[in-house]
Amino acid sequence: MTLLALLVVTALAIVWLRDLFAAVMVAGIYGLLSASFFVSMDAVDVAFTEAAVGAGVFPLLMLAALAITGRYEDTRHKRQLSSLVLVLVTGAMLIVATWDMPPFGAADAPAHQHLAVRYIQDSPQEVGIPNMVTSVLASYRGYDTLGEVAVVFTAVVGVLCLLSLGRGTTQSSGPAAMQGHVVLRVVGKILIPLILLFALYVQFHGEYGPGGGFQAGVIFAAGIILYTMLFGLDSTRRVVKPTLLRVLAALGLLLYGSVGVVSLVAGGNFLDYSVLAGDPVAGQHLGILVIELGVGVTVAAAMILIFYAFADRGGDGGA
Amino acid sequence: MLNHLPILQVVIPLLAAPACMLLDRARLAWLFATAAGLATFAISCLLLYQVQHSGPISYALGGWEAPWGIEYRIDLLSAYVLLVVSGIGALVLVAANTGVSREIPEAKQPLFYVTYLLCLAGLLGIVATGDIFNVFVFLEISSLATYALIAQGKNRRALWAAYQYLIVGTIGATFILIGIGFLYSLTGTLNMVDLAARLPAIAGSHTAYTAFAFIVVGVCLKLALFPLHLWLPNAYTYAPSIVTAFLAATATKVAVYLLIRLQFSVFGEGFAESALPLDAIFLVLGLVGVFVASLVAIQQPNIKRLFAYSSVAQIGYMIVGMGVGTHTGLQATLLHLFNHALMKGALFLALAAVAYRLGSSDIKAFRGLGRAMPLTMAAIVIGGLSLIGVPLTVGFVSKWYLVLATIQAGLWPVAVLILLGSLLAVVYVWRVVEVAYFQQRPAGLAVVKEAPLALLVPTWLLVIGNLYFGVQAGFTADLAGSAAAALIGGAP
Amino acid sequence: MMLVAHYNYWVVIALMMIGFYVVIVQGNLVKKLIGLNIFQTSVFIFYISVGKVAGGSAPIYDPEVTLYSNPLPHVLILTAIVVGIATMALGLALVVRIKEAYGSVEEEELQARDLEAEDAQQKENQC
Repeated sequence: MTLLALLVVTALAIVWLRDLFAAVMVAGIYGLLSASFFVSMDAVDVAFTEAAVGAGVFPLLMLAALAITGRYEDTRHKRQLSSLVLVLVTGAMLIVATWDMPPFGAADAPAHQHLAVRYIQDSPQEVGIPNMVTSVLASYRGYDTLGEVAVVFTAVVGVLCLLSLGRGTTQSSGPAAMQGHVVLRVVGKILIPLILLFALYVQFHGEYGPGGGFQAGVIFAAGIILYTMLFGLDSTRRVVKPTLLRVLAALGLLLYGSVGVVSLVAGGNFLDYSVLAGDPVAGQHLGILVIELGVGVTVAAAMILIFYAFADRGGDGGA
Repeated sequence: MLNHLPILQVVIPLLAAPACMLLDRARLAWLFATAAGLATFAISCLLLYQVQHSGPISYALGGWEAPWGIEYRIDLLSAYVLLVVSGIGALVLVAANTGVSREIPEAKQPLFYVTYLLCLAGLLGIVATGDIFNVFVFLEISSLATYALIAQGKNRRALWAAYQYLIVGTIGATFILIGIGFLYSLTGTLNMVDLAARLPAIAGSHTAYTAFAFIVVGVCLKLALFPLHLWLPNAYTYAPSIVTAFLAATATKVAVYLLIRLQFSVFGEGFAESALPLDAIFLVLGLVGVFVASLVAIQQPNIKRLFAYSSVAQIGYMIVGMGVGTHTGLQATLLHLFNHALMKGALFLALAAVAYRLGSSDIKAFRGLGRAMPLTMAAIVIGGLSLIGVPLTVGFVSKWYLVLATIQAGLWPVAVLILLGSLLAVVYVWRVVEVAYFQQRPAGLAVVKEAPLALLVPTWLLVIGNLYFGVQAGFTADLAGSAAAALIGGAP
Repeated sequence: MMLVAHYNYWVVIALMMIGFYVVIVQGNLVKKLIGLNIFQTSVFIFYISVGKVAGGSAPIYDPEVTLYSNPLPHVLILTAIVVGIATMALGLALVVRIKEAYGSVEEEELQARDLEAEDAQQKENQC
């Protein structure tokens, strides 16, 4: 299909490009194409996340880093032949592996029997929400999602260890780099509240349609980051303080974990939401609502903090 | 509460980490982290007791029974490894306040403890879980925390070492993810017990073999099995000394656990043999690792780096035990898992003490240290004797079982090679002893006192453990033996 | 028949290998991370391909739909995407610090500078 062909072309372009700025932009296109591919594969939640991450957060952080490390790549490469051989061998092994796999799209493949059957048929009644992906993510496999929030938390702690935030920029950048762009500022002022509102919508509507805590957190962070780029790091930091963000990042993870602890105290197993309310399905709703909130809070705080850390290092607001 | 121990084992350090983030003072963060570490260790002792008396424990997270929900499964092997990891984790934390004071600026110390707790939680999570994708998630938690911990070393090479480990580690994790994907596409499940039940039906397919290969390669990257060990020496050398003490005694052990669990409980012993001569591969790579690493260790001017290469050699021994393929071989591997944690934990903590006093790990700085820091050097000597495998130390017990296993399997050449490897260890340990005891302290250097108690006590606790379990080997040998029997018997 | 049935998977494997190649060959640390991202995203595409059921629709309950695609791979990949970006963020922070400490982010430069520093230190130790 054309999407796959475009993906291959994009990937090859990235290998070829020496201009890292261009490579990052093309990588963003790769992310967007992947998201489109996911939509065609019926994976709407995943597409949403991949678009936010692959075409949003990833190029953003890459560009913030490139501002410090330099735009062009050195052309010397070594050990090309042995690496090519390794890559070809690995690829060949993978292709051999697919010989015994069920054909693409087969409805009777083993992957679709067993676990998937219950998730599809029973989750609308057992968990009570239409979005099956959210049911599995937040309830059946909720512990994995706790791990996922812990991963985000670990990343932000790691970035803070490495790139500690200055206590107020002494190297005052003065007016922001984009202060002069009137159109951007005006449109920004109109759009940013809408972006934040959309983030809240995605957060709470994730049970009924694509969405959920992670996507909401990323969109919320994107709104704040947009403000930072337009109006400067200093003015943003006065409102959205780093110390507050650190506390929020920790609190989100703690909130998620405490739902599990409350379940323990209420007599169920860890993260068993059915004991949280009188009716098991209501309990599921409550549990999912609170943990998604925890996810959203930690992810938003983490993304903004990571951006602050890179922008601070860059010295000129990360533009 | 008692039936919730399996999940508390991981959740306590996991939630202690963000809580620690809210405490901004270094000393307070340390106290809180140490309390969490000790609680975690206590839980692992209780879990071992429970498993020994009532058999494997199964815990359904979220109230959903396996395989639809994630299952925590603690059997004898898991409880054993949990004990090692949480014990070392707690002990190193006790020493950490002093140990990091010269290497990490005070303002960053609270975040250090947060990262440490996350790493501990990640490692414990890998061992406790019965779901293969959950393994991947917690593997990444511990890996990311490890990269951050290593990068906090003072030398700029710590950053480069952390980056290299990040690239290698992420490739390994992605290989594991690929393997999990293939397994899921064939069986439709992610639960390890369920996988074990469903795999025999599709065992002959190319997909299953490739899945196995990719997962094993991914785990071996984390294990630092020769030739996939290149990230380890730099990472251990340039990380803060406390971090090296923690990682050297735990991270690779958890990877060995994962390999054993996958090979015996999930895929089943016969599986690998039918595709590749995996046992032979392990024997060869393990032995080559022992020799190459020991030879390189002998030439190192930096003591931390010397012992890092020694770790690669010791991991080689553990893999040889697996390669033998018998019950005694596996018992030897499991024994060495415990014993190596004791040995390297003691050694690197002692090196942390030296680094604290001297600020350097170069061998030239060790001149005359035998007189200046007698207790610390004695700890290093005993650790070294353990590495060689001198009787009365814990290293002797592992080597004994390993040689026994090879002789029982008729692999005489391997037994000889193992003994030759021990001789190489004598050479590199002697280098350190010679410089410390037989050379004078150069006149111009500052006077050096013995290590502070905070570092000395945990070091000597581990050293005494080395000697105690070397003499009274019954407890560990029996435990390792029962765990091995449960695995080789087939039933998880 | 096999060609048509598995063509999808093979293209994805090609994508994975392109990403893998970039990681191991190219010397610029930032480019390596871009390659790692391509590698990981391709693995995600592979998983989602496994989950697709021909003629199915998105796994959101609708009374009029009879056939759904498999939600489980979607859940796994959501988590994997998050893990991927977390790794990237940490990797980029390391690259920034390396640039500040070494003045370069090319692998060969870094190795050369480390060797220089080691030589200088050995000379110093001998004095």
